[in-house]
Amino acid sequence: MTTHAGAVHEHEAPKGFIRKYIFSLDHKVIGKQYICLALFSAFVGMFLSALMRLRLAWPAMKLPFFPDGILPEQYLALMTMHGTIMVFMVLTTAPQSGFGNYFLPLQIGAADMAFPVLNMLSFWTTFLSLVVLMAAFFVTGGAPLGGWTVYTPLSAIGEIAGPGQGLGMTLWVIAIAIFSGASLMGAINFIATTLDLRTRGLSLMRMPLTAWSWFITAAISLLAFGVLLAAGILLLLDRTAGTSFFIPGNLVLTEKVISHKGGSPILWQHLFWFFGHPEVYIAILPGMGVASHVLSTFSRKPVFGYRAMVFALSAIAFLGFIVWGHHMFVSGMSPYVAIAFSVLTMSIGVPSAIKTFNWLGTLWNGNIQFTTPMLFALGFVSLFVSGGLSGLFLAQPAVDQYLTDTYFVVAHFHLIMGVAAIFGMFTATYFWFPKVFGRMMNNTLGKLHFWLSFVGVYAIFMPMHFIGLAGHPRRYADTSGAPFLQALDPVHHFMTYAAFITIAAQFIFLFNLLWSIWKGEKAGINPWNATTLEWGVPSPPPHDNFAGHEPTVYRGPYEFSVPGVAEDFILQTTPPDKVVKS
Amino acid sequence: MPGVAITDELDILNAGGGPPANRGGGDWRREPGAFGRERRMYLTGVSVALAAILMFFMALASAYIVRKGTGSDWQPIEMPRILWLNTAVLVASSITVEVARRKLAQAGVAEFRNWWAITTALGMLFLGGQIVAWRVLADQGLFLATNPSSSFFYLLTASHGAHLLIGLFALLYVSIRAGRPDWRRRAIAAEGVAIYWHFLDGLWVFLLLLLNIGR
Repeated sequence: MTTHAGAVHEHEAPKGFIRKYIFSLDHKVIGKQYICLALFSAFVGMFLSALMRLRLAWPAMKLPFFPDGILPEQYLALMTMHGTIMVFMVLTTAPQSGFGNYFLPLQIGAADMAFPVLNMLSFWTTFLSLVVLMAAFFVTGGAPLGGWTVYTPLSAIGEIAGPGQGLGMTLWVIAIAIFSGASLMGAINFIATTLDLRTRGLSLMRMPLTAWSWFITAAISLLAFGVLLAAGILLLLDRTAGTSFFIPGNLVLTEKVISHKGGSPILWQHLFWFFGHPEVYIAILPGMGVASHVLSTFSRKPVFGYRAMVFALSAIAFLGFIVWGHHMFVSGMSPYVAIAFSVLTMSIGVPSAIKTFNWLGTLWNGNIQFTTPMLFALGFVSLFVSGGLSGLFLAQPAVDQYLTDTYFVVAHFHLIMGVAAIFGMFTATYFWFPKVFGRMMNNTLGKLHFWLSFVGVYAIFMPMHFIGLAGHPRRYADTSGAPFLQALDPVHHFMTYAAFITIAAQFIFLFNLLWSIWKGEKAGINPWNATTLEWGVPSPPPHDNFAGHEPTVYRGPYEFSVPGVAEDFILQTTPPDKVVKS
Repeated sequence: MPGVAITDELDILNAGGGPPANRGGGDWRREPGAFGRERRMYLTGVSVALAAILMFFMALASAYIVRKGTGSDWQPIEMPRILWLNTAVLVASSITVEVARRKLAQAGVAEFRNWWAITTALGMLFLGGQIVAWRVLADQGLFLATNPSSSFFYLLTASHGAHLLIGLFALLYVSIRAGRPDWRRRAIAAEGVAIYWHFLDGLWVFLLLLLNIGR
């Protein structure tokens, strides 16, 4: 240990409640705030999906809030808000801003993030965005109903396109613009922290893969959210200032001629998906990082092919920016362009396969410990593979012509982007809970939660592939107008039952989480016998993390089962002469 | 030992925990202590922020090009001549901010103040000039929604102006507050703001070319 050389961003431990828990500058408090925000949003999003599942299985069912049953336009609003809340407020915030904020400085030996005030600002901006988004439920016309991609021109022309396309849609655009700003602030902080605040001896290639995944995710956010912000401003101007960026001429809607002219609806799709595809990786990359980390820890083996893992993360991030057209195969694009996007898209299979085989290589001959976080990490790998394989189908323009806008797509992106990323978050939660709260989560409840969720999500989303192949379109509130689809009703019933069991399992998790904070078994500094820097500080870590002393790092992050060493792990901070030989 | 090498890259020790700073300037900026590290961190932050801002404007620029190619309603607008004067003012401010920054890096605090104040004044002059350009267009009956060409003109100039306004606040912040305890902290802030200011200058030249050539 050496004394803190650069007293750059130390700040006194705050006294009052407000400075300590509300407007805190401490990255750990901000990380927890992000996680609370995401947890709240996840339960709201889950509640919306429960309503959708009920509507799909029993269209005429009367519910509280919906005395006449859920109307088709209300179904579309539920779907739009479910997607938006889950993608932005859960998948983008928790894995990166939540866990990243808490553990990046700890894992790289820093006292805090590079710019603590900016960090606080980015959380509260995100919070503001959530409030504006939620307000859309309560305004005249209700929540927007254009799907989370809010395709133009219907999203650009206001109320005439549907009840929620009025004020609700305007609030949606404003919320997303605010969220973009918040994400950009976060990304700047993550990049500066990773590049400039690493402690002595911690070269980039000695960083844990979690830190690498946050760093690369921040780079993606940085380049993607600016584009979304620009697109949002153009859309807002079309909606409120009378411009015609996205609204074409001679548009007739409900027997009214729209006065705008000349705009390009496809332009919105290009701008949106230039953000939207990298967004998928913003959601999943931190999950890949934590899965690698946890698989290594509980196989008691180094990550197989560490450098290849870093390369694969970078390659996925890079390729993510040049494949957006595969979301637009049916937009009328030239088949030659479609082939280019198709080939580029399938090339993502290479780094993805590198990661998958390296995960398997990490497990191979390992001394595997089936703890709850390990189960969720294995579940992550399983879901990533299942969801990724259907991507290869959709990447082919000819196949996509048939499958686009069917439940096959819904199944694909839920498995890979939704559920896999959520499993990444569960992995992180069960793994780091003892560090954050100084107590263990209950293992039995954790395993019950895992098995119900794991079987549950497959029971929900696997049948969706088949109804998609059978031609069932997505976004339909019911199938009463299409007799050939009514034969699929039993599948809808099955998926709805599976969804309710899976949702019930999440309450086991919530109970376990809250109960363990106060009543969990006490955890030591390093209950998992892990190697990285966060396991060298007390649980929970003190306000300034390393008490003014920067740790010195002597080795890579995954030194498990080193031959000739007494214990099966060596902390990154253990000097070579302190390693106990066997 | 499988997996990860133990002995590589300990050269990082000489830089106090990160890659060594390699930008030019006075000795204190290269030292491994607090100021060297703080400087590196802020410059990273500013450079990274510029990448995001660049993506924002590139999105608008590509929308400009795509939108011009669709529909038949694009009517080129006559560029107000004051834009050229504004450009000269902004380029001049880029020179003065650089002079100011260099003076401060050599501890020339008094000279810094003068050049920094001139930069601030030129920045305000530029923004004033942009508003005059808007007035010129408005007098011709060209408003935001008049046609796509004028929509983009207002949008691009307003977006650039908003970023420049932030730059002006940063200039004022540096002259009033930054660095009370130590002039070197002010020098770090001045360097970051100067980079931002140069970027906005270059960005404006790009936007002006886009609006003129792509008209």
